[in-house]
Amino acid sequence: MGRVEGKVAFITGAARGQGRSHAIRLAQEGADIIAVDLLEAIPGAPYAAATQEDLDETVRQVEALDRRIVASKADVRDYEGLKKALDDGVAELGRLDIVSANAGISTQMAPTDELTEDMWQNMIDTNLTGVWHTAKAAIPHLKAGGRGGAIILTSSEAGIKGYANIAHYVSAKHGVVGLMRTLAIELAPDMIRVNSIHPTQVDTDMIMNEATYRLFAPNLENPTREDFAPASQATNTLPIPWVEAVDISNAVLFLASDEARYVTGVPLPVDAGCFLK
Amino acid sequence: MGRVEGKVAFVTGAARGQGRSHALRLAQEGADIIAIDLTGQIDSVPYAMSQPSDLEETVRQIEALDRRIVATKADVRDFDQVKAAVDDGVAQLGRLDIVSANAGIFSFGSLADLEEQVFRDMIDVNLTGVWHAAKAAIPHIRAGGRGGSIVLTSSTAGLEGMENIGHYVAAKHGVVGLMRTLAIELAPDMIRVNSVHPTSVNTDMIQNSATYALFAPDLPEAERTKETLGARFGALNKLPIPWVEPVDISNAVLWLASDEARYVTGVTLPVDAGEQL
Ligand SMILES: NC(=O)c1ccc[n+]([C@@H]2O[C@H](COP(=O)([O-])OP(=O)(O)OC[C@H]3O[C@@H](n4cnc5c(N)ncnc54)[C@H](O)[C@@H]3O)[C@@H](O)[C@H]2O)c1
Ligand SMILES: NC(=O)c1ccc[n+]([C@@H]2O[C@H](COP(=O)([O-])OP(=O)(O)OC[C@H]3O[C@@H](n4cnc5c(N)ncnc54)[C@H](O)[C@@H]3O)[C@@H](O)[C@H]2O)c1
Repeated sequence: MGRVEGKVAFITGAARGQGRSHAIRLAQEGADIIAVDLLEAIPGAPYAAATQEDLDETVRQVEALDRRIVASKADVRDYEGLKKALDDGVAELGRLDIVSANAGISTQMAPTDELTEDMWQNMIDTNLTGVWHTAKAAIPHLKAGGRGGAIILTSSEAGIKGYANIAHYVSAKHGVVGLMRTLAIELAPDMIRVNSIHPTQVDTDMIMNEATYRLFAPNLENPTREDFAPASQATNTLPIPWVEAVDISNAVLFLASDEARYVTGVPLPVDAGCFLK
Repeated sequence: MGRVEGKVAFVTGAARGQGRSHALRLAQEGADIIAIDLTGQIDSVPYAMSQPSDLEETVRQIEALDRRIVATKADVRDFDQVKAAVDDGVAQLGRLDIVSANAGIFSFGSLADLEEQVFRDMIDVNLTGVWHAAKAAIPHIRAGGRGGSIVLTSSTAGLEGMENIGHYVAAKHGVVGLMRTLAIELAPDMIRVNSVHPTSVNTDMIQNSATYALFAPDLPEAERTKETLGARFGALNKLPIPWVEPVDISNAVLWLASDEARYVTGVTLPVDAGEQL
């Protein structure tokens, strides 16, 4: 018997990276999946966009586990589109129990006084407003089930610490903590739990690119993943450079499952001790 | 395959309550157990503590799961006793991977009026006793060379002030400092250290007339029932429940102990029904 057997989970940003990993891990433990992703280039992002092929691969891997998945293209910035995708998914799969608000972006970096209006707005729209949209679209379905539920918001180490040159990201990710704490209070009477996860660097396309390598190894002309590793490890207390997507998924699974039935309002770092530094 | 299959866990305060539950939950997932408990009374504690028959019952339940257990009467205030028990347990079971420093006591009084001995007993058991458990375990975990996981039982009182239990609050805050420092010191060996912070837990520590009097001084003694007190305890929580069960803390301990949390360290994890909100 899986740890989330018979439940349905809604995951944003599920085409690749952590979102795909969450979909697979929850499906391994018995959940059906409603998946959405933007599948478009992110203005200013120094890494390639997720593609339809990526989302198809998520579908293939969930179906290979004999679980059902309803996947569609949707933008978390667009509430109506997101709501329709979720409503369709619930209509097909019959219920909703778990939400992973995971979609997010990382864009150009700059000192706070040099961030442009566009850089700021696009970040807040996706990484904060998009998370609110995800919860807002899901709450009626969770409440309708009358069985409680679990909402897990993906924040970041940048949601509990400041970092130079990414004030837009830090502000959005801190905002997610405020949203989490307020949702946890508002939804407690319905036994809907709300928690956030705070990863250190995760081995995904978002950071495995030249822009991040440069940020961490600014003195090198053409820094590589190998140059990035020791600099990345220096941010952590455990002697590892980064965590894998599945490590975040295992935290999502714990928070989503009945094993955490009384855990709510908690910011949970999965950060190799980064917070201690 | 259990989630901590083949590992050995050292649990303090394992005669009853949460400690017994942790031992059982870890054994269900494949661990062998080294258990210690005072199984005796401390004069400043205003409720009946455990007895030798309680520890015998823990042994019976673990053996019924076909796991091995080495159980010893030992006082966490006395390092030599703790060390002898752990050394003996490791000699018999062959290794050490997991520590649950759970033993603790509860007593009350305003800081202005607390007697010296009441304060001292509290710090000796709930803080120094936790250090002793870690200190006795560290050489064995290191010797294994496979990393490990140490989980310290703090409390919501480890994260906020509470009247009439200032000595308990001080000890449980101290546990957080100990956790954060151990996490840094042991990270090079991939030994992770985290703390759990329960709200009220349905054990003998709170289900007794002394604790009832603390929570309901206004009610005549005859009206201090589990039901009326449930409402008092429940008022602390955001989720509509009076208290959590020992197994809810055990599930958090299990997750932190398992490889699913292999990169989680230095974290204060509330299992508190939203009490912190
Ligand atoms: N990778 C890291 O080091 C790291 C660290 C901490 C937190 N995070 C957070 O983890 C989450 C997942 O990131 P990842 O590491 O898997 O990166 P990723 O780029 O591989 O995945 C993010 C996914 O979100 C999708 N997405 C972006 N904008 C969207 C929108 N407007 N609507 C719908 N989908 C959209 C992308 O298309 C992509 O598939 C993000 O919230 C990120 O901020 C990442
Ligand atoms: N019950 C709650 O509401 C609650 C809430 C938050 C935290 N906690 C903490 O959880 C832990 C477990 O408590 P519980 O609820 O299971 O209570 P409990 O009284 O049922 O169990 C505590 C056990 O610790 C043992 N112990 C006490 N002093 C000892 C010593 N000096 N040496 C060895 N063993 C000793 C006791 O004999 C007993 O078996 C404690 O650390 C407590 O402070 C309890």
